[in-house]
Amino acid sequence: MLQPPLEPARFWRLSAAGAASFLAIWTLAAVSGITSRDFLPTPWDVVERFGQLLTTPFAGYVLHQHLLSSLQRFAMGFVLAVCVGIPLGLLMAWFPWVDRIVSPAFETVRFIAPIAWVPFAALWFGTGIGGPVLIIFMGAFPPVLINTYRGAKQVDRKYIEASQMLGASAWRSMTEVLLPAAVPSIVAGLRISAGLGWQSLVGAELIVASSGVGYLMVKGQAAISTATVMCGMAAIGFIGLLIDVALRRAQMVIERRRGL
Amino acid sequence: MANIVFENVQRVFKQNGREFVALKDINLEVQDREFVAIVGPSGCGKTTCMRMAAGLEHPTGGQVSVDREVVTQPGPDRAVVFQAFALFPWKSVWDNIEFGLHSLGVDAPERKRRIEQYIALMGLGGYEHAFPHQLSGGMQQRVAIARAYVLDPKVLLMDEPFGALDAQTRVVMQEELVRLARQHPRTVLFITHAVEEAVYLADRIVVMTTRPGTVREIIDVKSIRESENWDQHKRIEDVMDLPSFVHLRTHVWKLLRDQQGADVH
Repeated sequence: MLQPPLEPARFWRLSAAGAASFLAIWTLAAVSGITSRDFLPTPWDVVERFGQLLTTPFAGYVLHQHLLSSLQRFAMGFVLAVCVGIPLGLLMAWFPWVDRIVSPAFETVRFIAPIAWVPFAALWFGTGIGGPVLIIFMGAFPPVLINTYRGAKQVDRKYIEASQMLGASAWRSMTEVLLPAAVPSIVAGLRISAGLGWQSLVGAELIVASSGVGYLMVKGQAAISTATVMCGMAAIGFIGLLIDVALRRAQMVIERRRGL
Repeated sequence: MANIVFENVQRVFKQNGREFVALKDINLEVQDREFVAIVGPSGCGKTTCMRMAAGLEHPTGGQVSVDREVVTQPGPDRAVVFQAFALFPWKSVWDNIEFGLHSLGVDAPERKRRIEQYIALMGLGGYEHAFPHQLSGGMQQRVAIARAYVLDPKVLLMDEPFGALDAQTRVVMQEELVRLARQHPRTVLFITHAVEEAVYLADRIVVMTTRPGTVREIIDVKSIRESENWDQHKRIEDVMDLPSFVHLRTHVWKLLRDQQGADVH
């Protein structure tokens, strides 16, 4: 650590001060009259709109139904990315020839922003579930693969030698040595992956969906209801934070069990 | 049980285009149920010798065979105890010991019987479900020894297994290994740089020279140990006080010191 951690009281005071100044600047800008309230709503406009969205359907559903539908898509794309990324990363780390086959294509494709897949998502899946899932997958997949691969590659040689000496097959070496050794790196990758996946999802819903928080925001824009758009933004930020907190908790539990 | 045979073993490294002879003309036979210790200054290639018997490295000339089979790759018939323990941190003591038994296809009741036997023998009772990081260095190395012995391997290869332990723990572990080795004789190749450890544990000591690594002298300890009845003493310090022990230790020391002198001049 570069500097000793702040004492708890000071830590919370500073956090509160930061949040308060953000709200203050926002409020000042909104009430100053520089711009119309329609363009920049006040915080209390947003809170009020939030309450309405929870009870009155907008763009077909109430807010938590939109959220649920977004979360379902996210879960599908994220789980798919994990199910492909972890095994592929392990195989690439263990077999150099798999690495050679996958790397050139992967290294090129991963620099394409997930949102760039929107035309294909729309052409292939229309407004079906496949479109958003494809886009989330494209966002969530690279960090899972990269962190699994790096974590497995950096496994201390002595564990591999011990596993060979103990007669383990390639399958057992990968599942019982490489995978658990790479878990801290994999979980760190999942956090990045979930963040990118959740961000890509909303981008995808702006274009190829008929429900979800992103869709709610498009409809809000069409209705010139910036408060609705802000409610969507707040919901995205809050859920994203929750996902990250859950994964960070998992990371801490794993590291503590390992005595790290 | 089986023997380990080094035949004209040579190992050449290439570094920046220059060849560097690490090991030259190594000829050695570790007989069935014999405990052989290799001592030598660091960099003499003694660990490389062990790793070649394990199949973790390969000679550039000659061959190493175990039980008349040329070693080509690592396997559970040649169990290794590493200096850095190399226990799997994500597995409990029990699961670490069990890992190799799965590869051998040992059935569940037999696995349980063997693991329990070595847990008792190595004094690990009550720690079956602990994880390596919760154990002291000495306890971790007991697990690593149990993990190797439980395989009932043809030969045991130990690479400075007590090198990472503190002095008191090391002494206890040496006494335990002597007890284990005398009760259950095994073919053991033991690498160390500690002269007293080698004299205390081994039936024969191989003294190596460095640059290039060659066998300087092979010393028979077993005949002296038996004629002087070392094993009647339980404690290592009592053995170390015996004139016959001191004499052997000094002899090995001189062999090692002489070559250091030769290095300087």
